Amino acid sequence: MTVLLEMQGISKTFPGVRALDNVTIQVREGEIHAICGENGAGKSTLMKVLSGVYPHGSYDGVIRFAGSEARFRGIHDSEAAGIVIIHQELALVPLLSIAENIFLGNERAAAGVIDWRTTYRRTSELLAKVGLREAPTTPVGDLGVGKQQLVEIAKALSKNVRLLILDEPTAALQETDSQKLLDLLLELKAQGVTSIIISHKLNEVRRVADRVTVIRDGATVSMLDAHAGEISEDRIVRDMVGRDMAHRYPDRVRRPGEVLMEVKGWKAKHPEHMDRDFLRDIGFNVRKGEIVGVAGLMGSGRTELAMSIFGRSWGRDIRGRVAIGGREVDVSTVPKALRSGLAYVTEDRKALGLILEEPIVRNVSLANLPGVSRGGVLDEAREQAVATRYRAAMNIRTPNVFQKVMNLSGGNQQKVLLSKLLFTEPQVLILDEPTRGIDVGAKFEIYGLMNRLADEGRGVVMISSEMPELLGMCDRIYVMAEGAFVGELTAAEASQEKIMSLIVREHEKQEQVEMEAAHG
Amino acid sequence: MADVNNTGAHLGPGERGVGGTREGEGLSANGRSGAAYLKDNLREYGMLFALLAIVLFFVAILGLRENPIDFLSPTNITNLFLQNSYVIIMALGMLLVIVAGHIDLSVGSVAAFTGAVAALLTVEYDWPVYAAVPACLAVGALIGAAQGYWIAYWRIPSFIVTLAGMLVFRGLTLWILGGRNIGPFEPSFQALSNGFVPDVLGAAIPDLAAFERQPNWTALIVAIVAALAIVVIGLRARSRNLQHGMEVEPNGIFWARNLIIAAALVFVGWKLAGFRGIPTVAVSMAVLAVIYAFVTESTTIGRRIYAIGGNLKAARLSGINADRLTFLTFVNMGVLAALAGMIVTARLNSATPKAGTGFELDVIAAVFIGGASMSGGSGRIVGAIIGAFIMGVMNNGMSMLGMGIDYQQVIKGLVLLAAVIFDVYNKNK
Repeated sequence: MTVLLEMQGISKTFPGVRALDNVTIQVREGEIHAICGENGAGKSTLMKVLSGVYPHGSYDGVIRFAGSEARFRGIHDSEAAGIVIIHQELALVPLLSIAENIFLGNERAAAGVIDWRTTYRRTSELLAKVGLREAPTTPVGDLGVGKQQLVEIAKALSKNVRLLILDEPTAALQETDSQKLLDLLLELKAQGVTSIIISHKLNEVRRVADRVTVIRDGATVSMLDAHAGEISEDRIVRDMVGRDMAHRYPDRVRRPGEVLMEVKGWKAKHPEHMDRDFLRDIGFNVRKGEIVGVAGLMGSGRTELAMSIFGRSWGRDIRGRVAIGGREVDVSTVPKALRSGLAYVTEDRKALGLILEEPIVRNVSLANLPGVSRGGVLDEAREQAVATRYRAAMNIRTPNVFQKVMNLSGGNQQKVLLSKLLFTEPQVLILDEPTRGIDVGAKFEIYGLMNRLADEGRGVVMISSEMPELLGMCDRIYVMAEGAFVGELTAAEASQEKIMSLIVREHEKQEQVEMEAAHG
Repeated sequence: MADVNNTGAHLGPGERGVGGTREGEGLSANGRSGAAYLKDNLREYGMLFALLAIVLFFVAILGLRENPIDFLSPTNITNLFLQNSYVIIMALGMLLVIVAGHIDLSVGSVAAFTGAVAALLTVEYDWPVYAAVPACLAVGALIGAAQGYWIAYWRIPSFIVTLAGMLVFRGLTLWILGGRNIGPFEPSFQALSNGFVPDVLGAAIPDLAAFERQPNWTALIVAIVAALAIVVIGLRARSRNLQHGMEVEPNGIFWARNLIIAAALVFVGWKLAGFRGIPTVAVSMAVLAVIYAFVTESTTIGRRIYAIGGNLKAARLSGINADRLTFLTFVNMGVLAALAGMIVTARLNSATPKAGTGFELDVIAAVFIGGASMSGGSGRIVGAIIGAFIMGVMNNGMSMLGMGIDYQQVIKGLVLLAAVIFDVYNKNK
C-alpha cells in the first residue's frame, strides 16, 4: 500500500512551550487512520501544521503528501492539494441553504453568475453519497448537528478531497447519528477516500480505524495496527496516559440519605412552539449523597429541563414546584436558584459557561462576587486566594490563576467552570455533559470529584449522552424521551439495552399519537 | 477565609520590607527582560507614549515656526482642560456602555438637549443654579432610562435605539430653542466651565521674594500630592500583586512609567500655577475619573459589567442581572451626557441648536483609541481618558497650526483607524 501522507520529525515551539517534539505519522492511501491523545497532547497543533495554519518554515520537520514534499503557506494551499479538515465547531452558515454552503467560496458559476442548475444537481449527487435525504434548498440552520456534519463532509467531497480529517466528529452527536457517521466513513473508505479521525471515543476508534497513532506530550508514543490485532481500548488508554487504567470509574461507597431536592409537575413550553408543552409533567428527586443520572437522546429535553429549573433560563410558561431540603424554594431567576442551593453546570462551557478572554481568577469568582467582596468592593487578595485554592483542589494544571481561560485545555476549562459553581456552595448540582470533549485523564478526575461531592452529602444530577458513563457513575438513572421522564432504573437494574428500549417505546407511542392526530 | 483576608489586606511597615525583597525575586522568577515585557504589553504603554509623542510633536512644530507659539503655555494647558472636559466626562460613561457590549450614539444630542433645558430653566424661568443643575442631571437620567429600557428589556439593538435618540433629541433641542441661542448665563452657572479653584493654600504661604509674581500655590501643591499619590498607590498595588504571585511590570518600566506620569502632572501643575490655577472642570473631571476607575476595577458592579460584555449568556447563568445592569449603564450615560451638556453650554455661555454636534464621534473614538474592544468585555478608564486627550491635543494643536477643519477630520479619522489596526495586529500576533 502506498503512503499518502508522511509527517516526519515535526517539532513546533511556542514561546515557552514545546507543543510538538519530533512527531512522526504515516498515513496510507485508502485507510482510516486515528490519532489519539489526551487534550493538550498536541493533536490540534499537528493538524494545524498539516493544514498550513502554521505555515511552512514556522515548524521543523518534513511533510510529504502524495509523493512530493509539501510546503503549505496557508489553508488555501493544503485545500488545493486535497487536504480538508472538518473541525469540531462546524463552519457552516445557518441561514444559507445546503447547496449554498457546500459550494461556498467554490461556486458553480460562469463570469460570477451562479449556475443554480449545476449547483443543485451536484449537491443532490453529493447528498446521496453521504446518505443525507434533504432538499438542497433546505437552510442548514434547520438541520440537526448530525446532519450538519454530513453537509460538511459533502462539502469536503465537493472539493475532490484526497485526505479527509475529522476532528472529534462525533463529540456533539447522539448515538444513532454517530453510528451513521462511522458507517459513512467506512463507506467512503471503500470508495478510496483516505481519512484521519481524531477522537476521544475509543470504541469508535476501535470500530473504524485501520491504524492508530497515539500522541502524548507532543511526541509520538506508538503506532498500532488493527490488522495485527494491536488495537484495544486498554492499550490505547495506556499509551495515552502513560499508565494503566484499571478502573474507568473511581470506586465509591454508596450511601444515599434523605431526599434533598424534589421536583414535581414540571412543565414548560418551547419559546418558539408555544402550542404545546415541550417538557411534559416531569417529577424527580435527588437524595443527599446520591448521583442521579438523566439518560436520553439529544433533543429529548434534558438540557432544557435543567435550564428551565435553573432560574427559568430556558422555556416559556414554566410551571411546577421545586423543594430543596424539604422546603419549597423559589428558583424563578438564576440568583434565586443559586441562593436556594442549586447550581447548573452547562454542557456548552465556551458559549454559556466561561468568559474566555478573562483569567481563571475572574471566572471562578463570577457566580459569587459577594463572596470575595465587602460592601460591593472587591477584595482582590481574597479573590485570588479563592481561585488558588480551587486550582489546587480541582487540580487545574496551570502555573497560576492569571491564565486566560481560552488558552486552557478542555479538561482544565471544565474544572474552572465547576470551580465557579462550587464556589456558590450549592447543595444540589446539575452537571450537563460534564465530560464532553475532555480527555480520559481529566474525565477520571471529574468522576472522582463527583464522588467527592456526593460524599460531602450533596446531591448530584448528571446528564450525559454517554451511557457507559451513566451506568458507571449513577445510583439511579431517569430515562428521558420526547420531553418526559419515561422510566427510572436503579444502578443494579440499569443497562444500555433497557434504557434504549424505554426510549424507543416512547418514540413509537409519540409517533402513533401524531399519526392519530393527523388522521383524526 | 479569615487568614486569607489578613494576608491580602494592608501592608504594615514590616511587611513592606518583605514585599521589597520579593520584588527582586519576582523579577528573576518572571525571568523576562523589560524589553520583552514592553513588547507583550505594547498596547498599554503605546497609548501613553503616543500621547507624549503627539504633545512633543506639536511643541516642536509650533515652537520652531517663524513666530513661535508655546504649545505648553499656561493658557493653552488650561484651554486643553476646558476644551476636553466634556469629552472626557462622556468617555467615562461611554466606556461602561461599550464594555457592556453596546454603543450610545445619542450623547451629542442629549448634551445639546440638556444644555438647552438648562438655558430654558435658568435664563427664561429664572431658576436658581442649584435647582437647575440637579434638574438637568435628572433629565439626563430619564433620557438614559428611556433608551436603556428598550435596549435592556426589549433587547432592541443599542445602535438603533440611540440612533433614534440622536435624531429625537437633536430635534427636541431645535424645538426648545426655537432656532435661537439662549444666553448669557449668570456667573454661577458659567463657573461650571470657567471657574478656577481659589488659591486657598497660597494665602497661608508668605510672599516669597524669589518670585516675580506669586504662583498659585494650590495648583502646584495639589499636583505634587497627586503625583506622589500615584506613585505610592502604584507601589502598593505592585507589592500586593507580587505577594500573590501575579506578574508585575519589571522595576525599570514601573519607575519609568510612574516618573513620566508624575513629572507630567507636576509640570502641568506648575504651568497652571502660573496662570489662574486649577480649573474647576479639571477637578470634577479628576474626581469622576477616580470614581469610575475605582468602580470599573474594584467593585462587583464593575466586574459584572465586564462579564456581561465578555459573555452575556455565561454572565446570566452566573446569576448576574444583565438586563438591569445594561439599563443602569445607559442611565449613567444619560447623567454624564447631561453634565457634559451643561459644561459645554456654560463654556459657550449660550445654548445653541448646533451644540454638541459630532461629540458622540469624539467620545466613541476616544474610547476605542483607548483600547476598548468593539465586541465588549474589555477596556479601561485610564485608556479612555488617554484616548480623549489624544483626540483633544490633536484638535487643539492642529487648530493652532491653522489647519483647516477638512484636514483635521481626515487626520483624526486616520488616527482612530491606526489605533484600532494596531490593536488588532497586536492581538493576532
